[in-house]
Amino acid sequence: MSGIRVVAEGHAVYIGTGGRVPAEDGRTVLFVHGAGMDHTVWTLPARHFARKGFRVLAVDLPGHGRSDGPPKTSVPALSDWLAAVLDACQARTACVAGHSMGSLVAWEFARRHAGRCAALALLGTSAPMPVTPLLLDAAADNHHAAIDMANAWSHSPGGRLGANTNPGVWMLGAGERLLERARPGVFHADLAACNAYQPEAGGVDCPVLVLIGDSDQMTPAKAGLAVAAGLPNAQVVRLPGCGHAMLSERPNEVLDALVKAFDT
Amino acid sequence: MAAKHRAPRGTGFDTLALHAGQRPDVATGARATPIYQSASFVFPDTDVAAGLFNIERAGHVYSRLSNPTNAVLEERIAALEGGVGAIATASGQAALHLAIATLLGAGEHIVSSRSLYGGTHNLLEYTLPRFGIETTFVDPRSPDAFAAAIRPNTRLVFAEILGNPGLEVLDVPRVAAVAHAAGLPLVVDSTFATPYLCQPIALGADLVIHSATKFLSGHGIVIGGLVVDGGVFDWEASGKFATLTAPYAGFHGLVFAEEFGPQAFLTRARKEGIRDFGACMAPTTAFHILQGLETLPVRMARHVENTRAIVRHLVAHEAVASVRYPELDGHPDRELAARLLPRGAGAVFSFELKGGRAAGRAFIENLTLFSHLANVGDAKSLVIHPASTTHHRMDADALAKAGIGEGMVRLSIGLEDPRDLIDDLDRSLRRATPRGGRT
Repeated sequence: MSGIRVVAEGHAVYIGTGGRVPAEDGRTVLFVHGAGMDHTVWTLPARHFARKGFRVLAVDLPGHGRSDGPPKTSVPALSDWLAAVLDACQARTACVAGHSMGSLVAWEFARRHAGRCAALALLGTSAPMPVTPLLLDAAADNHHAAIDMANAWSHSPGGRLGANTNPGVWMLGAGERLLERARPGVFHADLAACNAYQPEAGGVDCPVLVLIGDSDQMTPAKAGLAVAAGLPNAQVVRLPGCGHAMLSERPNEVLDALVKAFDT
Repeated sequence: MAAKHRAPRGTGFDTLALHAGQRPDVATGARATPIYQSASFVFPDTDVAAGLFNIERAGHVYSRLSNPTNAVLEERIAALEGGVGAIATASGQAALHLAIATLLGAGEHIVSSRSLYGGTHNLLEYTLPRFGIETTFVDPRSPDAFAAAIRPNTRLVFAEILGNPGLEVLDVPRVAAVAHAAGLPLVVDSTFATPYLCQPIALGADLVIHSATKFLSGHGIVIGGLVVDGGVFDWEASGKFATLTAPYAGFHGLVFAEEFGPQAFLTRARKEGIRDFGACMAPTTAFHILQGLETLPVRMARHVENTRAIVRHLVAHEAVASVRYPELDGHPDRELAARLLPRGAGAVFSFELKGGRAAGRAFIENLTLFSHLANVGDAKSLVIHPASTTHHRMDADALAKAGIGEGMVRLSIGLEDPRDLIDDLDRSLRRATPRGGRT
C-alpha cells in the first residue's frame, strides 16, 4: 500500500508504513533518515516491523522525499517536528531509530520530549557531528562534488567495491541517485544542522542501541563509543568492516540489532 | 585555476572491471568468484524465510530470482555503467523483453530506431503486436523523428548505441531530451559499445540493455543478457507507469516507486518479470561473463586498434565500394562518434563489395581466419552477410530503410595479429572480385 500523509507544523508530511496499514493498536516504531535522504533507506526494516504488527512511521523529513515545506535548520527544530508528527498520528510514544543526522534528531527527541521515547537506536552517530568545510561549501553551492564526497565517505573501503547482500544492487550508484533527488539547498541545510548541533548531557534514560560501523569515516567508531559512554542504558553493537551507510552495507545485521532493541 | 569543489577520485574503470561486486569468499577464501550451482538457498529459520519473501531481508531464495554468482555480475555491470543495479538474464533478447514487460502492457506503444539487430526488429515489429504492444520505427539519426512518432500511449523510446549493422551513432543526449520531454524513458542497447567505449546513463539514457554474449563475455562461449537500471528516471513525475507507481496486487499492494525510490524499476523487474517469465541466467554463464569482464578494458582497446587498422586497409582497397565506420571522414556521424565514443567506435563495421551479392558470397566463403557465423564480439574475428542471415526476415523496404544492401558484409574484428587478418581479407577479396587484389 501507499504511505500515509499527515500535516505537521502546517506542512504535508509523507510517512512510509512498511507496506502495510499502520496497526492502530501496535507499538510505534519511528524511523528518521539522514542528511539529504528520505524514508526509502529504511524500507527493509520498515517492512519487517510492519509485518510484525508494529505501527511503522518512516518519515520524510520536511523538504525531503515527498514531504512539503522548507527543510528545518536545526536538530532541536527537527526533534520538535517529530513530536508534532507523532501527535498528528495520535501516537503518544515510539521506539525511535535514526541514522546519521537522524540519530541526532532521535536523540534530541528523546531528551526534549521526555516520556515519549520508549527506546532509541542510534545508527552511525557522533555528537557533536562536525562536517568538513569542503563538504559544507560544496553542498552550499548544490555542487555534485558534495554528493560524491558524502557517498564515497559513507562507504567502507570494501563497500566501495560493492558485494553487499542485496542481490544485484550497486550501493554506490543507489546512494548517489538518492542524494541527487534532494531538492536544492536541502542537503546543505541538513549538513549545517549537523555541524551546528551542540549536544547537552543527560535527559535520556530509555534503553539505547548504538550501532557502530568499525570502518565508518563519517562518524568514526570512537565517536559512537563516546556517545554510548554518555548514556546510562546504552548497548553497543559493532559491525566489523562496515561503513557509515550500514543500512546498505549490512542490512541484515542492522535489522537483527533493531529487532533485539525494539522487539523484546 | 583549481576547481572550487573537488570530488574524491572514484575507483577506476579497470579496477571495477576486476573487483566490483566481489570480495574473497568468506567461507573458503576463494579469490575467484565461486559458481554457486544451487537452485535454492537454505533458510536458517521460518522467520528469516518470511522476511526474505517480504523484502525485509537481503539474500537469495531461488536461483530464478537471484543467485550469488549472478549477483556479482549484476553489481559489476551496474558499477561499470553507472547504474543502481542490474539483472542478469538468459540472453540479450530476454533483457530487452524484461525491460519492456516491466514497463508496458497491451495498448501501449514504443518508438524505436529502425536500425536494429534483426531479432530485436522481429520482436518489436511482429511478436509484441500479438500482445498489444505496437512500435513505430524511425530514423536513428533524427531526434525530430523520434519526437514526431511519440503518441499519448507511448511508453518508451528505444535504440541501439551503434545501429546494427549500419553503425548509425545514437545521439543519446538529444534523443534522451526528446524522450524526457514527453515523460518517457530512453532505453539503449549498448551491446556494440560496452561501458568501456560509452556509458549511456551518463549521457541521459535511463535503462541499458546488453547482450553479454558479445564483447562483455568476449569469447563466444555463452548466451546471456543484462538490463541495467540507471535509477535516474522519475516514474512518478511521468505519471505514465502504473506498474511502478500504483499498488501492485501481486505483492500486497506494494508501490515500488514509493518504497524503493531510485531502485523502483530494478525491484519490480526482479520481483515480477524475472520471477514470472523466468528467463534467468545460469550461474555458470555468469561466471564465464565475469571472466570476460575482468579483461574488458584491455580487450576493447585491442579490438578498436585492430578495427582501425583493417578499416584503413579496406578503405584503400580497389575491390571495396564503401566502408561504414563512424571514425571515417565523410561518415555522417563522425563528429558525434568522436564526442560520445572517444575511445573508439567499436569493433563491428560493414562494407560493400564491388560485385554485389555474388561477390559477397564468394568473399565470405574464401575467408580462413574470419569465421562465418551469427555473432559479434568474439575474441576471434567474425563475418556475416546480414541481408541473407541476421536480417533476412526484414522485407526489401525495411532493409533499404535500415541501409542494408545486398552486397553488404559485416565484420567483427577480433584480437588476432591485424597483419594476419589483412592477409586473410586480401586473399579472399582477390578470389571474390574480378579486380580484387592488393592495392
